[in-house]
Amino acid sequence: METDRARLASRGGEDPDRRTASDRDRRSGTPRAEEPVIESRDLSVFYGEEQALQGIDMSIPERRVTALIGPSGCGKSTFLRSINRMNDLIDVARVEGELYFHGKNVYDDDVDPVALRRKIGMVFQKPNPFPKSIFDNVAYGLRVQGKDDDVERKVRTALERAALLDEVEDRLDESGLDLSGGQQQRLCIARAIAPDPEVILMDEPASALDPVATSQIEDLVEELAREYTVVIVTHNMQQAARISDKTAVFLTGGYLAEFDDTSKIFENPQNQRVEDYITGKFG
Amino acid sequence: MSTETDGSFVDGLEDIERKRLYGRLFVAVCFASTLVGVVALVALLADVLYESWGWVSWEFLTYPPSQAVENFLPGGRGAGIYPALVGSIFLIALTAVFTVFLGVGAAIYLEEYAAESRLKSFVEANIANLAGVPSIVYGLLGLAIFVRWFQLGASLIAGALTLTLLILPIVIVSSQEALRAVPDSQRQAAYGVGATKWQVIRDVVLPRALPGIMTGTILSLSRAIGETAPILMVGASTSLFVAPDGLTSPFSAMPMTIFEWATLPEAEFQHIAAAGIVVLLTILLLMNATAILIRNRYDPRS
Ligand SMILES: Nc1ncnc2c1ncn2[C@@H]1O[C@H](COP(=O)(O)OP(=O)(O)OP(=O)(O)O)[C@@H](O)[C@H]1O
Ligand SMILES: [Mg+2]
Repeated sequence: METDRARLASRGGEDPDRRTASDRDRRSGTPRAEEPVIESRDLSVFYGEEQALQGIDMSIPERRVTALIGPSGCGKSTFLRSINRMNDLIDVARVEGELYFHGKNVYDDDVDPVALRRKIGMVFQKPNPFPKSIFDNVAYGLRVQGKDDDVERKVRTALERAALLDEVEDRLDESGLDLSGGQQQRLCIARAIAPDPEVILMDEPASALDPVATSQIEDLVEELAREYTVVIVTHNMQQAARISDKTAVFLTGGYLAEFDDTSKIFENPQNQRVEDYITGKFG
Repeated sequence: MSTETDGSFVDGLEDIERKRLYGRLFVAVCFASTLVGVVALVALLADVLYESWGWVSWEFLTYPPSQAVENFLPGGRGAGIYPALVGSIFLIALTAVFTVFLGVGAAIYLEEYAAESRLKSFVEANIANLAGVPSIVYGLLGLAIFVRWFQLGASLIAGALTLTLLILPIVIVSSQEALRAVPDSQRQAAYGVGATKWQVIRDVVLPRALPGIMTGTILSLSRAIGETAPILMVGASTSLFVAPDGLTSPFSAMPMTIFEWATLPEAEFQHIAAAGIVVLLTILLLMNATAILIRNRYDPRS
């Protein structure tokens, strides 16, 4: 079973044994009851008249990596943005159905999207640091959320978790824009985790990066899943196979074709079109 | 031109040569157009400097005007542009305060808060149209509203409010453009860590747009400082002997005084008018230089 995933992984030119034993233990070790932390029910999103998501049902487990894959334009980013209500910022976007976070529908009238986003952090496709110092970039979330006691320590912890501290330790007051693309993306991850959210959404966080920076981000994602629930959009199937526990395959038109354990999706997909997509017959 | 002689791409070379000739002609025409502008500007500056040579002095900057030429001369009692200089500076300072609040406020509202609607498009189209209205019309408006209706009289504040109306449309439009140029990814980054709309605007959007807003505002103000028609309409004096000392005091401004001197019969007054122009141009150039400095220094992208 595991060999198949390893084979898939090695296709991407990565060392299949890169994962540590403890990593495996966390996944295949004693199964604990998986409480879904995020659950969508019949979730549809419209842009004007155009329907981008068709009644999605999905349960995202806590402290696991859930990958969203599928061809371009199938609605992966749309689904991701509907989790922390970033779709609210798009004038023409409209959401129907329910999305539960800890059992509470985030589209209820009494939910403040700002409060929601303080629990559900986000990392974007292109690194988007502020034109501020490295320190101030990471501290920004803490400051807007009023968690600005002991900022120094929190910033260092976040940089450490984002595997960036060693590289920037002695230049925290330099501009975040002076970092390399990969470093900028890790800076954005540090910024997202500094205020200690529960969930981290990532929209193709490595697609603008070179292979070395990509594998650093991948390691980081696996590491983050010890403490956070991670939902990651990726175009790269090997990446999904390598780092995720659950995989959701979207297909053109905004349909969720299959959602299951990553090993199942890649070894024994139930849906013919998912199989075609995964084996590269289209997409 | 080419040393290649074989291959099918050699055909049609003449055509390329001809197109290239058109290209060179076009460059020549564009260069000539640039030259006209530059030469005209240099000629103007040279003429004004030549005319005013020896007439700009410390006394010229610090004394009130006079009808007698000898007062302007060295050893005379001293005469100059002082009240108009102070009047212009006060006028511009007041106008700057009003336009920054009103212009930037309106731009932020339109760009960040107002929902897309017919009304918004209508308002925006009209603001753009207002930018093209002749300045004398604003003068009439200022006379009717500020001088008569608000009963401010021919005062400094009436003049400043009138100039504010004049440049407000340009300041709004240029500030909106500066706000629009802030990349969405920056806003999303801030929203993504749980910032409120106000926090996003204060911490991310405004700092990023500020150099653009400042540049647009300063350039508009330097247009306002040279305006004559609108302040003439609200009743600025051509020759005033004391500088304004309050918001409601009567005032003069440099373009008015320069115009007054230029109409006097004595030939020396042409030189004195030129000296006034040099002072006005110096202030203008300083303002524009500040705008460029701000654009280059405080651009957060650099
Ligand atoms: N802001 C928007 N306004 C209108 N339509 C949009 C908007 N964003 C996305 N769409 C449409 O919604 C559909 C899904 O887009 P989405 O960005 O979610 O796809 P995606 O799976 O993330 O694609 P990609 O892999 O290319 O990023 C597309 O048809 C797209 O054209
Ligand atoms: Mg996308």
